[in-house]
Amino acid sequence: MNQCPVKLYSLSTCSHCRDTKDLLNQCGVNYDCVEVDTLEPAKRRTYLEEIKKLNPECTFPTLVIGDKVVVGFKKDEIKEDLGIT
Amino acid sequence: MNADQLYEALRKVQEPKGYYFNKDKARVFQLLEGLLENKGRYGYMCCPCRLAAEDREWDRDIICPCVYREPDVAEYGSCYCNLYVSREWNEGKIPDVYVPERRPVEKRFR
Repeated sequence: MNQCPVKLYSLSTCSHCRDTKDLLNQCGVNYDCVEVDTLEPAKRRTYLEEIKKLNPECTFPTLVIGDKVVVGFKKDEIKEDLGIT
Repeated sequence: MNADQLYEALRKVQEPKGYYFNKDKARVFQLLEGLLENKGRYGYMCCPCRLAAEDREWDRDIICPCVYREPDVAEYGSCYCNLYVSREWNEGKIPDVYVPERRPVEKRFR
């Protein structure tokens, strides 16, 4: 499996974000997760700027796998980028 | 109000309009819990799959059911969150595709 860094920008209440977390957990992937909706305004703004650079659509989940960005819960794309077949 | 009460209250109002809860009840209840969480946080039931601006007027279009539900269910059989779906979607007659975000990008952050 690809061991590159994995980072998830998520909303704590979002169903697609939850699907993404479930998939990563099922696949045994270690990842950093930021629940953007739970942040204080200043931190939220900082992360939103970060997300906008990765995903100009600024939607959730935004998942970064190494140098790849997957927007939304796209199961096959996520598995492919993780190197899981 | 708890999620069970919210489920029943919304079902009674929405089903006659042709909007059904997703047959995946676990998913529906997760989303209803999210709506209740947002009601507690912001004072309005902001869409659980979108980032609230914490401003009721700004977020008026994404207070559940959002204004995008109607065109999304008409086009894809499901709203953005997969909370509300058409009868045909629940019966598997419409493919389960990932519903794209319809909210204009300039509304997503301020």
